[in-house]
Amino acid sequence: MDYNWDFATIIQNWRVFWTGLQGTLLMFSVTVALGMSGGFIVGVMRYLKSPLIAWPARAFVEFFRNVPVLVQIVWFYYAFPILTGIETSPFLAAVLGISLNTMAFSAEIYRAGIQSIDAGQWEAGKAIGMSFQQTLRRIIMPVALKRVLPALTNRGIEVFKMSTLASVVAYVETLNQAKLIADLNYNPIESYTAVALIFFVVLFPVVQATYALERVLKRGDR
Amino acid sequence: MIELVRTENLHKRFGELEVLKGIDLSVSEGETVVLLGSSGSGKSTLLRCINFMETPSSGRVFIRGEAVGTERAGKLTYNQADLCQLRTKVGMVFQHFNLFPHMTVLQNVMEGQLTVLKRSRKEAGEKSLAQLDRVGLADKAGEYPSRLSGGQKQRVAIARALAMDPRVMLFDEVTSALDPELVGEVLKTMRQLALEGMTMICVTHELGFAYHVANRVLFLNDGAIHEEGNPQQVLRNPQTQRMREFLEGHSLFKLPD
Repeated sequence: MDYNWDFATIIQNWRVFWTGLQGTLLMFSVTVALGMSGGFIVGVMRYLKSPLIAWPARAFVEFFRNVPVLVQIVWFYYAFPILTGIETSPFLAAVLGISLNTMAFSAEIYRAGIQSIDAGQWEAGKAIGMSFQQTLRRIIMPVALKRVLPALTNRGIEVFKMSTLASVVAYVETLNQAKLIADLNYNPIESYTAVALIFFVVLFPVVQATYALERVLKRGDR
Repeated sequence: MIELVRTENLHKRFGELEVLKGIDLSVSEGETVVLLGSSGSGKSTLLRCINFMETPSSGRVFIRGEAVGTERAGKLTYNQADLCQLRTKVGMVFQHFNLFPHMTVLQNVMEGQLTVLKRSRKEAGEKSLAQLDRVGLADKAGEYPSRLSGGQKQRVAIARALAMDPRVMLFDEVTSALDPELVGEVLKTMRQLALEGMTMICVTHELGFAYHVANRVLFLNDGAIHEEGNPQQVLRNPQTQRMREFLEGHSLFKLPD
């Protein structure tokens, strides 16, 4: 196959891609923050023994883990406004879909982390008069978070890539912008290759940095 | 003599299994009481009911004459904040040390003082060093627990409990997880505490410790106090068949005198 690559159009249109990348970064920041902080709360609820708290959390996790994010985004964009009368922007629909999914997955990561801590640690905290919250915050979480950091990193990478799903409701992000360029210039090969490259170039160094962070934290393990 | 700990008709059930079948115990200030008994006799559970690591199924616990929990419509309820408060007065040391691995020795001892007693960093730091000195480990203040031997870990755990200024200390088989050669240093620390007048309730299999240090020995069998008295009598001349069997099992392979 002799295809003549022509990236000149892509470079000329760098501003369009830049706008898209900004949208991607915004979507990632909001969804990863909401998903991983909300997931923490759900994860702790899952861990608690009271069925009144644990059961709703379990139902939440099972539901949002088993519904595709793409379906959720489309549902929040098209069905939710009709059912509730509340308009959802493409941004809001995508944030809801991706965040809820991230909450469900990260809740399970946090729960596994908490459960991996020896029960003796809870007892030791309790025995010196610490409350449940104090023990969780001061004794359990510092060790648990360190253990689940690789799993959370993986989830973070997934969340970053999931932002492209927002293009289905025409939210302005990298893939959406590439489609715009491709349609205008009839160069889908270069446009979508550019999207792949952009994601790789952004993610690869970040992932390397987190590996380094994990190594540093591991060295701290004595 | 001031009575520091009292239990009245204490029962504990785990589902169908009744582990404690009505324990009446009274411990005075400055006393060292050793709980003996085979595994499953309920001695650890009794200890854990005194600081409410386990909630008794029925019966009452009194700390310094004050009943723990409030009775409402014939049902005992326990306020979590009150229990946290109580646990600062009743220290506990565990078989498996349970030091906090992400904190240095000093931070381990400071933790409860900072988060629970709200002491200043300066005060907590000074108190911690004093307690570490008391167990002979002031020079290890900056180490992480994983760098310590089992015996050292256990002595740090003792210092951590002491730093809360408890009125009573509970020791739950604190030498059972240690290599034989490390048992001595922990028992020595405990003996020193007893001599300093600390009120102590110890679950242990170290009969020598019971004999030399305890003021009173309780032998638990099947969830009840089976035999009790001063260690010289109880350990030398057990009155019951069950207690004799227990002691024989312990001294079967003793070195000849």
